[in-house]
Amino acid sequence: MKYMLRRIGFYLVAIWAAVTINFFIPRLAPGDPATSLMARFQGRMNPQAIHALQLQFGISHDPLWVQYLQYLVQLLHGDLGTSFTYLPTPVTTVIAQEIPWTLMLIGISLLISFVLGSFLGALAAWKRGSFSDSLFLPLLTFMGAIPYFWLALVLLYLLGFILKWFPLNGGYDTSVALGFNSDFLTSAFLHGILPAGTIVLASLGGWMLGMRNAMITTLSEDYVLMARAKGLSDRRVMLSYAARNAILPSVTGFAISLGFVVGGSLLTEIVFSYPGIGFALLQGVLNNDYPLLQGIFLLIALAVLGANFLADLAYSVLDPRVRDGKGGSK
Amino acid sequence: MSRPVISQNTPDDQMQPAAAAIMQTVKSPPQPGASSGTSSSFLKSLLRTFTSNPKALAGLSILSFFLLVAIFGPFFMHQGPNTFSNDLLAAPSAAHWFGTTNLGQDVFTQMVYATRASVLWGLATGLIATFLSVVIGLATGYLGGIIGDALSLVINVFLVLPGLPLIVLIVAYMPVRGPVTVALVLALTNWAYQARVLRAQTLSLKQRDFVDAARSSGESTWRILFREILPNEIAIVASGFIGTLIYVIGAAAGVEFLGLTDVTSVDWGTMLFWAQNNNALLQGAWWWFVGPGLCLALLGAGLVLLNFSIDEIADPRLRNELNLKQRVPRWYSLPFKKVQQAQ
Repeated sequence: MKYMLRRIGFYLVAIWAAVTINFFIPRLAPGDPATSLMARFQGRMNPQAIHALQLQFGISHDPLWVQYLQYLVQLLHGDLGTSFTYLPTPVTTVIAQEIPWTLMLIGISLLISFVLGSFLGALAAWKRGSFSDSLFLPLLTFMGAIPYFWLALVLLYLLGFILKWFPLNGGYDTSVALGFNSDFLTSAFLHGILPAGTIVLASLGGWMLGMRNAMITTLSEDYVLMARAKGLSDRRVMLSYAARNAILPSVTGFAISLGFVVGGSLLTEIVFSYPGIGFALLQGVLNNDYPLLQGIFLLIALAVLGANFLADLAYSVLDPRVRDGKGGSK
Repeated sequence: MSRPVISQNTPDDQMQPAAAAIMQTVKSPPQPGASSGTSSSFLKSLLRTFTSNPKALAGLSILSFFLLVAIFGPFFMHQGPNTFSNDLLAAPSAAHWFGTTNLGQDVFTQMVYATRASVLWGLATGLIATFLSVVIGLATGYLGGIIGDALSLVINVFLVLPGLPLIVLIVAYMPVRGPVTVALVLALTNWAYQARVLRAQTLSLKQRDFVDAARSSGESTWRILFREILPNEIAIVASGFIGTLIYVIGAAAGVEFLGLTDVTSVDWGTMLFWAQNNNALLQGAWWWFVGPGLCLALLGAGLVLLNFSIDEIADPRLRNELNLKQRVPRWYSLPFKKVQQAQ
């Protein structure tokens, strides 16, 4: 319990840090990019929206701490400002439209690559030195060094353009009506295979290598020898004894990898013109849409922190030492 | 464990016996009577250790290749990277080895110039980030107390914040967007991982006797940190530098791919940016986008191999014994942290 409280405390600090960084970046930026941009939108926005943006960009005569408090109050009301690109839509609405796509895409591919990668890694360690172990791991090292968005380009070119197996862009066929009908779901599934495949392929190697190396250490432990001596089946020794313990570092490493996978996935979405946060990010970059970019950063930070919290929960389930507060975590 | 670090001496080695003896094992301390000077023979033996490790050799070769192209390549080019020609979007041929872009720029020439920009800016970024991580990591590890805890919290917070959106946000606010901006922002957002590793190591090293001895002999804190502790962490710093390099070169390409840099500059990411924006893919111009990505992957893989080998050299337990029956060497025994970073 003490462990969970400490973790919750940490995530609160991290959320506060993300919010504060978001507050200070526009104010620390040299020159005044926001003011000049706002001038362009004078007259096209209602005064209330303009005032909100001024608060957000720090174009205000109030002392900094007053601005900070105003900003926090604004955030607590769920107000992320107005998007320049999709004037006069609020940023929250824009993001709310895109986020389900990204969550589905990244969530599913992350799950597949984590489970598949860990399983293959355990298998590779179990059959250490075999031909497939020697062949696949250098290959995966190389694969792991490939940037996501480039792998996306190549897959799109080969499987989409040359072989025409998959649609070239988008998240669904525009001729199908949105909604929970079989046509739409099939279309969304077909459009999702390539982007998801890219993310899985690009991140698989990392999980696999990590699991393999942790597993090799675990396999030399006495309890594995004991399990074998008891005459348990290979599968049971491998999965319930060795793999169960070897998975722990992967769960701890989840935090650092997640941010990376999310970044790569956003670029992947852009290559596939997939309707998700990555697409919104590109619009924000192209149009200097600062409120949108800030909203995206904040939202992704929240999502990543949330996922990390879930990983911490899983960790405490997997490792009883942590649950009882007897250490064991780093 | 029994595998000798140095497999054989080449006949052209004109070495003095004392120096040769040192080179038999890297781990043996330099003998006081060594006539060739301990530091130079240490460097030689270090070099030997690297060249006798297949992973290190492969990694070093790849890295040297890119460094050579980056430094000297552009001198051999007859034209600038943005020189136009009348061959628009031409497939690879004798005249244009890697084909041309939609404006008739030679892709091969662009690649050579892009290698210079990407590799050298990547190195600069990696150096700044490593410098930050060394200073912060050592300080937090050594100081302890409230300051140490607070700084350690800062490190952990930086670790969990999603990198790419933060980088994009900061770069977008910069009035001048160019390689310098990208390098600085990447350095500022990528020191945390390495700092945490160094902090943990410093925490354990500061308990050792030699640090106590230094402290009681009245050495200053800075001297203890950088003269006593840092030399013991040099392998970690080196592998951390390479890990950071892998990440920042890839991340820089991502930022450039988004067009968040000076789009007239020529680097791997910007080449992909133009290829994507001119629909190279839908026109079937694979030669335009294949090169930069392959370079990124090859350089990345080379650096990963180098990192594996540094781990093995620094920590002999990870070294695999040479198995004569098995021709394919066993690669990749490495601690988990490296994998996470290398992704």
